[in-house]
Amino acid sequence: MTIPRNEIKGRAVSEDTMLGAPSGSTRAHQREKIQVVPLAGLPVVAFAVVFVALSIGFNWRWGLMFNHVVGGGLWTGIDLFVGMVIGPILGKLSIPARAEFAARFMPKMVIIMPTVVMMTLATGFQVARQAGNLAASSPNHVWLIVSFCVVGVMAAVALSVLEPANIAVLYEMNKPVPNGERIGRLMKRFIYTAGLTGVMQIATLIIMTRLGSR
Amino acid sequence: MSVTGSHPSVSTGDRPVPPVGWLSSGALGLVIVGGIILASYAPRAAPLGLATGILVAAVVLLVVGAGMLVRIKEFAWATFVVVFKWALLAYVIVAGMIEFAFVHDHTRGPSLVVVSLMLLVFALSVPLTIAFTTARFVDPS
Repeated sequence: MTIPRNEIKGRAVSEDTMLGAPSGSTRAHQREKIQVVPLAGLPVVAFAVVFVALSIGFNWRWGLMFNHVVGGGLWTGIDLFVGMVIGPILGKLSIPARAEFAARFMPKMVIIMPTVVMMTLATGFQVARQAGNLAASSPNHVWLIVSFCVVGVMAAVALSVLEPANIAVLYEMNKPVPNGERIGRLMKRFIYTAGLTGVMQIATLIIMTRLGSR
Repeated sequence: MSVTGSHPSVSTGDRPVPPVGWLSSGALGLVIVGGIILASYAPRAAPLGLATGILVAAVVLLVVGAGMLVRIKEFAWATFVVVFKWALLAYVIVAGMIEFAFVHDHTRGPSLVVVSLMLLVFALSVPLTIAFTTARFVDPS
């Protein structure tokens, strides 16, 4: 039996103690397979895609505003909550506890985050166009460009680091014998980048409330 | 849930791989910068010289990354293909939505071509990064 080391406290503990489960190779086969993409959520995603497309196609002002405000609110709120609350808590948990949490949490993030980001960005551009904020003469134009830059950095971080780490963790967990060290390393990536995007969302809140109040 | 711990003798088993993820992420970063430049000029026509240069650089990074990827001898191709095709489906939908928004906003001519190619790079680079990051940790056998 391997004797894993508690990453936080730095002391060796038995795997049984950490997992509270019977040891042996059979345990690996008894684990529930993680569904990387929760299929039950796909109809909701399809509905959101159609709703956004119709709102843009018909210049449906309420639909555009609804998608932008609801999507943006969820995106900002989830990023802040994960980055500032969940992330630090996860960082203090043992690797098996992190893995247990991640197995239930990350598949949901796989489906929620791209959907709310798509709702926010696709309609945000249209809202800005209708409000006249895209015009170079608009006093809000500079703020809009700053928000493009903030969103660009967040997108680059999320799409090139956070999401690949998320999927890689789920695949690692589905292996007969997952590598705890690798999961811990990938989870650290997830936690740090979630924290970074959380901080950047504060900038988004400042920019958007400023835009809305002018 | 069973996971192996971080015992010093336990190897992560990570094989050295070429920087495919870095290159595809670089391509993504470049098209994001190009997209910001184009969007910051909307609804006016953006100067296409800089955007085209950025697009060419992004394509070069993506092609070099793909070239390095296909030269890897031992790689979990089955995992790569599964992850890539599903991620591609998702990001083609996202890119299609952005393309639709640009067409709806009367983007036409060379600007639309540059935007479309940037979206193509976007739709390929994200799945490439995700699939590569996932497959590199999977045993090729």
